Amino acid sequence: MTIATLSPTAPSQVTPSKAALFEARAVKAGARRNRLLSLPALVIIGIFGVLPLIIICVYSFLVAAPYGGVQWQFSTDAYLNFLFQRDIFDDTLQFTPDFLIIYLRSFLFAVVTTVICLLLGFPTAYFMATRPPAQRNWWVLLITIPFWSNLLVRTLAIMFIIRDEGLINDALLALGVIDKPITMLYTNFAIQLGLLYAFLPFMVLPLYSSLEKLDFRLIEAACDLYATRRQVLWRVIIPLSKPGIIAGCLLVFIPALGAYVTPLILGGGVHLMIGDLIAQQFGSGRNWPLGCAQALILMAAVLVALFFYVRNTSGKVQHG
Amino acid sequence: MPEQPGKNAIEVRGVRKVFGAGENQVAALDTVSVSIRENEFFTLLGPSGCGKTTLLRLIAGFDFPTAGEILLHGQDIAPLPPYKRPVNTVFQSYALFPHMTVAQNIGFGLEMLGKPKAETEARVAQMLKLVKMEALKARRTSQISGGQQQRVALARALAPQPKVLLLDEPLSALDYKLRKEMQIELKRLQHETGITFIFVTHDQEEALTMSDRIAVMSAGKILQVGTPRDIYERPAERFVADFIGETNFLPGTVVSKQAGVATVKFASNATIAAGYPEGFDPTGEVTLVVRPEHADLVPDPAKGTIAGTLSNIVYFGTDTHYHVKLDGGENFIVRHQNSRSSPVTFGTGAKVGIQFEEDAARVLKD
Repeated sequence: MTIATLSPTAPSQVTPSKAALFEARAVKAGARRNRLLSLPALVIIGIFGVLPLIIICVYSFLVAAPYGGVQWQFSTDAYLNFLFQRDIFDDTLQFTPDFLIIYLRSFLFAVVTTVICLLLGFPTAYFMATRPPAQRNWWVLLITIPFWSNLLVRTLAIMFIIRDEGLINDALLALGVIDKPITMLYTNFAIQLGLLYAFLPFMVLPLYSSLEKLDFRLIEAACDLYATRRQVLWRVIIPLSKPGIIAGCLLVFIPALGAYVTPLILGGGVHLMIGDLIAQQFGSGRNWPLGCAQALILMAAVLVALFFYVRNTSGKVQHG
Repeated sequence: MPEQPGKNAIEVRGVRKVFGAGENQVAALDTVSVSIRENEFFTLLGPSGCGKTTLLRLIAGFDFPTAGEILLHGQDIAPLPPYKRPVNTVFQSYALFPHMTVAQNIGFGLEMLGKPKAETEARVAQMLKLVKMEALKARRTSQISGGQQQRVALARALAPQPKVLLLDEPLSALDYKLRKEMQIELKRLQHETGITFIFVTHDQEEALTMSDRIAVMSAGKILQVGTPRDIYERPAERFVADFIGETNFLPGTVVSKQAGVATVKFASNATIAAGYPEGFDPTGEVTLVVRPEHADLVPDPAKGTIAGTLSNIVYFGTDTHYHVKLDGGENFIVRHQNSRSSPVTFGTGAKVGIQFEEDAARVLKD
């Protein structure tokens, strides 16, 4: 830590005393060692992160081969196809918002998921953070229990709970509350429920780690200075847990936007989200360039959204 | 002294505070009653765990008493939450809001009270001036030093003009010089604002130099309330004498007593007249307390009330401590103020006598 923070000042040292020179050299050597330590991670990111991205980028500008794969011929058709449809007869482009609608719907799903997760997750995390220290780890363990089994299995379980002959409908029918099953499976509701269930822990955990570090004497201080409970929440607790809120929102929003398994199973392939759409291009659609273009457009949209989100929130957080 | 209910800022009546339940019950405060007058610099003094911070937290409203009542200007505030009490606290850790600037911290209380913006700003400016922090008002609290944080914490607590200001060991995190400076600063602020200060500390010197009155606490009880001079010169109990300043304890036997003065005989058959607190009836074997500066060394052992051998001499700059091993086996310390013309010099190992000043010795209950 000290070595890393010293290194930027080392070259600007003007007093050429022996000790200073030695120190500067030691600092430089330390910095070199630190860089070496990060090498394995950099190699992995390079091979499995950057390289595939380059391949996707290249493929998106090629022509689809009839049975999957690509033909090595430059084309921007994939991007045009995102918004337009080429008429088979006269080659004119017609605006078709189908993909755009799926994108917007996915954004809506992701936003709703994030907001509800935040509303449910914050009180949960606050409850956990205010338990006695010995109890807290048990609560964290409970929150992570869903991770012990596969998401696919858990999503199928939801299916069994909400389907027409599922647990909820059976119970309501038996109690005489309803006389025919409420259709929940293969609806937007089912997708939303599945997304909430899948991503809630990703909101709770960063919120908890932020709230756990909160100095509760600050809450006492605010109370002492005439802040009501509501004011303490808005003026002290929320601003101080902002790093957790930002991390939680990112961890929920981004994966929720690209969710694949949940909408596929609970939406029944009728209510598509971006993930399913892209997967389709590489499967039954046999249009790899279009799939690549769709993935890149999603990435660009996320980056733009992130840019505004971080710029609007980080200014108020400040370090320390 | 007779109570004047109208003149008391805070009245604590029979307050008990028990933490835990069942077997693990701990009485942090054991039926404490005390009155704190308006515009007073009142100190709660005691070792850690004596209940002084608990009492402060009860007055602030962070905890609620198990029994008893707390009156603020004659009105019971015990059931009120902290944000409804016109009382502010300076915390030991300062508890400044890290996400706000110095000025925002100071203005927080006023803002929560819903004061108009112009009034808040004017008051914050006034507070910044009072604690000499105008130049740093736009800084974050993490970007200022400990002493500066202390000033901001004070300004923040004073800004809403509370009826009573509570200070929970606010100087303990500061180094010696800064602490001395802040002690004077605190006295000045109290004088200028006219607000009642209730100050919690375990530092007896701090308590003696700053307070109008001191309450000495131990094990959840208040042992004595009085002016610094009262507490130091006429301690009511052995604990008070022991906790505040240095004290010599001498065993003796009461021979006779009349009108608050007992005649006590030492093992050497020498006798001395010693006062004792009201409501205490010393008989038989007792302990006498004598402050080190209320005794003098004489070169001739026969001339002293008691005699012994000089075992150690410790030089403190302003004064010198002479450690004397008494003939009876006890240790006795004599403090002598150094001057340019100290007439007698003593060497270790010398036989010396100890003379007491008038009223130096007191009999105290253990």
